[in-house]
Amino acid sequence: MNAPLDAILVGILLTGFLLLGSSRLVSCIRTVALQGMLLGFLTLAAAERDAVGRAAVLTVASTAVKGFVFPWLLVRVLRGAQVRREIEPLVGYGASLLVGLGVLGLSLWLGTRLPRPDPPLSTLLVPVALFTMLVGLVLIVTRRKALTQVLGYLVMENGIYAFGAGLVQEQPILVELGILLDVLVAVFVMGIAIFHINRQFDHIDTDRMAALRDWTR
Amino acid sequence: MPTLLLALGVLLAGAAGTLALAAVPRWGARVGVGGAIAGCALGLVAAVRVLLGTPAAPLHLAWSVPYGAFALALDPLSAFFLVPIFALSGLAALYGAEYLGGRGDVRATVSWLFFDVLVASMAAVVVARNAVLFLVAWEVMALASFFLVTLDDEDERVRRAGWTYLVATHLGSAFVLVLLLLLGGGGSLDFDRVAPAAGPGLLVALGLVGFGAKAGLVPLHVWLPEAHPAAPSHVSAVMSGVMIKTGVYALLRTLTLVGPVPGWTGPLLVCLGAGSGVLGAVFALAQRDVKRMLAYSSVENVGIVVLGLGLGLVGRAAGAPGLAALGVAGALLHVLNHALFKGLLFLGAGAVVHATGTRDMERLGGLYRRMPTVGAATLVGAASLAALPPLGGFASELLLALGAAEAAASLAPAAAVPALVALGALAVIGALGAAGVARTFGVVFLGTPRTPAAGHAHEPGLAMRLPLVLLAAACAGLGLAAPWLLAALAPVVTPLAGLDAAPALAPAAATLRAVAVVEAVLLALVAGAAGARRALLARRTVAVAPVWGCGWAAPTARMQYGATSFAEPLLRTFRTLLVVRRRIAAPGGPFPAAASFGTEAPDPYRLRVWDPAFRGVRRGLARLRWLQHGEVQLYVLYIAATLVVLLAWTVGRP
Amino acid sequence: MTAPRFVPPLLALACGPGLVAIVARTKARMAGRVGPPLAQPYRDLVKLFRKGAVYGATTTWLFRAGPIVGFATAAVAAALVPFGGLAAPLAFPGDLLLLAYVLALGRFFAVLAALDTGSSFEGMGASREASLAVFTEPALVLALVALARLGGTLSLSAMLAGVGPAAWAAAAPALALLVAALLVVFLAENGRLPVDDPTTHLELTMIHEVMVLDHGGPDLALVGWGAAVRLWTFGALLVGLAVPVRTGDPWVDAAAALGGMVALGVLTGLVESSMARLRLRHVPQLLLGAAVLSVLALFLVLR
Repeated sequence: MNAPLDAILVGILLTGFLLLGSSRLVSCIRTVALQGMLLGFLTLAAAERDAVGRAAVLTVASTAVKGFVFPWLLVRVLRGAQVRREIEPLVGYGASLLVGLGVLGLSLWLGTRLPRPDPPLSTLLVPVALFTMLVGLVLIVTRRKALTQVLGYLVMENGIYAFGAGLVQEQPILVELGILLDVLVAVFVMGIAIFHINRQFDHIDTDRMAALRDWTR
Repeated sequence: MPTLLLALGVLLAGAAGTLALAAVPRWGARVGVGGAIAGCALGLVAAVRVLLGTPAAPLHLAWSVPYGAFALALDPLSAFFLVPIFALSGLAALYGAEYLGGRGDVRATVSWLFFDVLVASMAAVVVARNAVLFLVAWEVMALASFFLVTLDDEDERVRRAGWTYLVATHLGSAFVLVLLLLLGGGGSLDFDRVAPAAGPGLLVALGLVGFGAKAGLVPLHVWLPEAHPAAPSHVSAVMSGVMIKTGVYALLRTLTLVGPVPGWTGPLLVCLGAGSGVLGAVFALAQRDVKRMLAYSSVENVGIVVLGLGLGLVGRAAGAPGLAALGVAGALLHVLNHALFKGLLFLGAGAVVHATGTRDMERLGGLYRRMPTVGAATLVGAASLAALPPLGGFASELLLALGAAEAAASLAPAAAVPALVALGALAVIGALGAAGVARTFGVVFLGTPRTPAAGHAHEPGLAMRLPLVLLAAACAGLGLAAPWLLAALAPVVTPLAGLDAAPALAPAAATLRAVAVVEAVLLALVAGAAGARRALLARRTVAVAPVWGCGWAAPTARMQYGATSFAEPLLRTFRTLLVVRRRIAAPGGPFPAAASFGTEAPDPYRLRVWDPAFRGVRRGLARLRWLQHGEVQLYVLYIAATLVVLLAWTVGRP
Repeated sequence: MTAPRFVPPLLALACGPGLVAIVARTKARMAGRVGPPLAQPYRDLVKLFRKGAVYGATTTWLFRAGPIVGFATAAVAAALVPFGGLAAPLAFPGDLLLLAYVLALGRFFAVLAALDTGSSFEGMGASREASLAVFTEPALVLALVALARLGGTLSLSAMLAGVGPAAWAAAAPALALLVAALLVVFLAENGRLPVDDPTTHLELTMIHEVMVLDHGGPDLALVGWGAAVRLWTFGALLVGLAVPVRTGDPWVDAAAALGGMVALGVLTGLVESSMARLRLRHVPQLLLGAAVLSVLALFLVLR
């Protein structure tokens, strides 16, 4: 049992639960940043002996981007939109925590069903990756502020990354940097979009934006 | 068996005697009550004798009804359920004699006919071994209780409650009918010659719906909070304490007859039980009417019983004898304990209603000083409901928690996860139940009276106080005698758990004995501390003064925390589960004259599920209204046409 | 039962107020004051025991019984929990469940005693106390059951005796999660910030203190002593988990545990000094988070 790897995976699990239970948007952004950094360390811990150098480069790059650039962008958007807290979500915070427990149970069960690489780095890896993806999905579906939905998208992306880090032993660095760039552009564009939406409508509540559908008729 | 038959005979004789003497109300009532008490005493003797080891010979007499037979048998499971039926019914009859005694009218007297018939039919349900006999007894039970619920039918709400009850019980009976027909499979309808014509999964599902409606599982519970408050208190005690347990008994009997059940049954029962328990407890916290709160609390406790059954099934499927035996044993013990403490609480509530004329908690208060015996007995019942050591409710919940904890701590995930859910649910339900009963007892009996009616309450007579004291003693006795009760339960648990229960229950019995030691230490400490304090205060001044009011010059009794205010934090946390309507007339202007604030909490399932469903059915059936046009000739034509068709079909068949 | 078995509850009775004093002193130091001497709670108890009593006109025997039952249940709870390397005198499989039920008994009588006064202040405290219990009980029970799975036994004494350096090396993440969960339960059950402020003077912000407003003299002494014993008992649970010193020599283990208790007192003082009180409606979420941590630890051990 690889102890540092397990500790990092448990840390990622905890960040997922923190996101489900927290209503302050700034702390949500910081939690996602922490999750990104933990994933960077995951790459390092999961890397094979001779690929440590490459893994280190990836770690630094992802830590820099996910840990500092994204949060900085999103906090700027937040300040521009002048929101502080999430409004009452479709599923309450307490209920979200319970949903998270259920999702964790589901991920653990699925993790035993899916075929695993041999030898497995850690039995926790696949469940944690699944859990993170599903938590991102839950955030997108149940929260009302557009910013939290962007965070949900980022968390889903983190989950997919975690899958890759553990299962694919040899990672072409180009592929991973390409994905990072993809996400960077997406967040950048979304940030600008949220900023402009807020300027136009004075809010970023997505369920009020559902009223826009009447305009297309 | 002969003793039991004698008991049933005495009960029916009492019923007949009441009817015969209906013209002389006092004697009619006395015959009814006497028949009930005598019959229950005889029946109790018969049941206890079987539980102590003497087997009873089954009875099988032919009956002219097709497929029917007078098949009765008194095995340990039936005997176990007969104990609360007869014990509580006998005490309730004694109580009811005084409760209804003041009325002296014919209707109250005739109610004893239905009471005796109800007790006899409940006993018959539990010992019947033929589907037709079972169904007849089930239906008689429903009808007798319906007439008892609608005793005061000049009140519109009572009539509506009775109607709701009748509809709900017959909907359940429909499922029961289908279940019993499928169990018989076209051959005999005797229980010892069962040949199921459908898979065990379907049969269990039918049983859950049909018997769950009688037992009060969410979402089939909506009749409970209407019918139990509407009935007179001794009838509510019997209905809540034992009649809903016949549903549990029937579910258990179905499980023994159906054979090995699919693996999902255990976790399903755990989820249903946990949901019922939590929802029942939360709904109970939202009620102002004492009896309605107790009715919802019955829903909660039936949830706990079903939770235990689910744990037993999970253990059976996982091959864990400890969990299988403890789950079933805890559930059965909780059936007995709940019958006793819920009966006690309803009788206590009846004493309160009898003395003050109101069921509304916000109009009561300070009753302990005026009714000390009722208050003390109700306190014992309340503490038993809150699962506090050393009483009975604690013993049964501890057994369930022990089984769940052991499973969560040592079994594979397939059994450990349901056990974990059960454990979390038990902890939440226990705390919610304790909060609910502390609220009810505190608001009704403690503090100062909120209205003059509460201030003039008086202690009831001996016939009403004696059952309360006896039930309180039984609650305490069951708690203290729990280790020995567990040994006596083993023969009842064995067929349900599918294994020899005695060795599986041995570790739990050892734990209960250790718990008894701890309880003794606790009582010694309490006595010691009380004695030490008395010695300390003997030489000091002890004064009586007004309670600290933070400087308010004229505090009134209405400023106390009431039922709604006590429950407010919890109701706010669980607001998504409830529907709470507030009526606010806010104070306006610089010198407001009057303002008011009221809440009511209708049942969310009734509001959102059943009422819309029935409205939809009514709309759909309204299309068939054209069949009923009022002309007698066409009705006669319908009957004739049906007869002709049936004749042609029967005769024309090869 | 040999003499050393009685040490854990006697220590709780004797040193519980001392732990309260350590917390108070740490808070005072953090605020820049000197703080009360460590013997102050003992002096307060003696002073109160010397006084007479005043009882409210509306109260019945339940009001007089509340502090007695609260103290007795706290003492019995202390007799269920081991300390250092010493097993508890009342240890048996399943005692972790009895701990929760015994504390619930004390709480029930405290709530009834509060409602007995007929005052809206005590009623408010009783209401809040009963509402919090709905969340602290599952959090406590789930944490203890997760620990039971780790230790392979349902007895607290055996469980905590098995949590040594080897256990920490094998299951560090799960044990760390359990320590965090039990710390939250420790703060909630004993009415410490961020759940409840023990030093507030505003009745509307109190939970535990307002329930006992009308007690005085020996009753108040019993209430305070019982609260101190409960603080020590929960602390002993936490320290037994977090301080994995199991050398086998009872003196060394007990000394390490005592050091752990002092450290816990200082830690509690630091936490209380640095956090503000949570809004009451957010406390259930905090406790639900603690329960989630326990279940998480159980899941980690389960696979």
